[in-house]
Amino acid sequence: MGKVAIIGVGQSAFVRSYPGSIRELAFEGFKDAMVDAKITSTDIGASVICSAPEYDKQRSPAGVFAEYLGLNPQPTFYVESLCSSSSMGLRLAYSLVASGLHDVVAVIGFQKMSEISSSESQERMGRGGDIQWESPFGTMMPAYYAMYARGHMERYGTSLDDLARIRVKAATYGQLNDKAVYRKPVTFEMFTDPENRMAGPVASPLRVGDCCANADGSSCLIVANEEKARAFSQKPIWIRGLGAATTSVNLAGRDLFSGLSVAQQASAQAYQMAGITAQDVDVAEVHDCFTIAEMMAYEDLGFAKPGEGKDLIGSKETYKEGRIPVNVDGGLLSKGHPIGATGGSQIRTIVLQLRGEAGDIQVKGPEIGLVHNIGGVGLYGNVTILGR
Amino acid sequence: MGKRQVDDRFKKFGTVSFTAISKINEFISELEKGRVMGTRCKGCGLVFFPPRADCYQCLGSNMDWFEVSGTGKLVTYSQLQFAPKGFDRDLPYSIALLDYGDYKVFGRIADNLGSDDIQVGMTMKTAVNRLPNGQINYVFESV
Repeated sequence: MGKVAIIGVGQSAFVRSYPGSIRELAFEGFKDAMVDAKITSTDIGASVICSAPEYDKQRSPAGVFAEYLGLNPQPTFYVESLCSSSSMGLRLAYSLVASGLHDVVAVIGFQKMSEISSSESQERMGRGGDIQWESPFGTMMPAYYAMYARGHMERYGTSLDDLARIRVKAATYGQLNDKAVYRKPVTFEMFTDPENRMAGPVASPLRVGDCCANADGSSCLIVANEEKARAFSQKPIWIRGLGAATTSVNLAGRDLFSGLSVAQQASAQAYQMAGITAQDVDVAEVHDCFTIAEMMAYEDLGFAKPGEGKDLIGSKETYKEGRIPVNVDGGLLSKGHPIGATGGSQIRTIVLQLRGEAGDIQVKGPEIGLVHNIGGVGLYGNVTILGR
Repeated sequence: MGKRQVDDRFKKFGTVSFTAISKINEFISELEKGRVMGTRCKGCGLVFFPPRADCYQCLGSNMDWFEVSGTGKLVTYSQLQFAPKGFDRDLPYSIALLDYGDYKVFGRIADNLGSDDIQVGMTMKTAVNRLPNGQINYVFESV
């Protein structure tokens, strides 16, 4: 199979309540990527539209977006795997390009979560679990991840302080990201002050500060075969490894509660395809929808041994100057998490890092970057490895 | 002539049910009798909780019912301070997972247990529970 590159990346600002329709929101990320790639819509052979369902009145948004973005009469696809939809979209785009079916494919992720209220959103997010056997008990995402946090703490002695350190790191970089929804400083002391909002309980043991915020946003990746990549781009970033896995939706069907099996399996596949190990990764974006999710990602990806993620953050090795910088764009904890757009935003950050165009958050000379994007409560796992 | 009777027993499951019609609706009638039941494949013997109508291993659809009895160990839990739409009146409540060895059960911890009474690894049993809104579910009780 030929090589496949990302030649353009873009995203909208991630905001609490986007003042426009979903097609207008998608346009923002698409335009950003098209300007970056310096191509026109006639260069694109197909589009892949990615989001989680049930937030929009619009059924089948792919057809609507294809028209609004000037991508008629090219075919369009709709891809959904909850919070990892746009990484899954990239996987589809890779296969469309590698197969020779299309030369250039646009992957557009979006979510306008403000279409519905916060409690309705929690209910829909919770229904990403098992609606027949779990949702009737009143489940929601923070509580599911809290069960993993409890599992990790019981098994490895991880503490709430360890989790707070992850949020403090996220906020350090979120303040520098003008596309992030949360740009205020967060200090460790906020978590030890019971009067502070960050320390407020959500679902034990997780607190407000352990959770990312809902947001509206869009992202776009322009994917091309080697010939087009070399023709259009001075700095193509190559897709070197892809991994994807699934597991039981119901927690009753799982055995591991201190890590995510899908992340372990997806990363093993991606490392093998790229011919590298965890030690070769220079910069990473991981799916920190909750602080515990980043902690588990350190271990599931092999950046730390099981149970030693707390030492990695404790010694600041995942800061920009550390051994393996993670989420130096502020992560989901700062950027917000517009479900379908999130994976594309993570990939955009790594592409900019590898090109040396990441500005204030630029890591020194990275050659290989990794993106870890999870759908649901570890239901879907996607790991993407990119290289210069 | 009346309308054809629809077997929608599953709509009684939990505070808010998102399913009405399922091939394992008998689970609800068993709950009404005070029993929490799983299924075991008659073809290959695979055990399922939650119960299933179909076996992914041998592709058979003949199941025996068995009762979730005895005790399990608490794997993990979380107490919610916020609830999704439709569950506000239940707050605070804890969702949890109990390991019976051959299978695990996802459910709620009984309301009469305070956070000081709950420890990961503790032995618990699963019991049928009537909800104030007339719905039915099951909860984990200490033994």
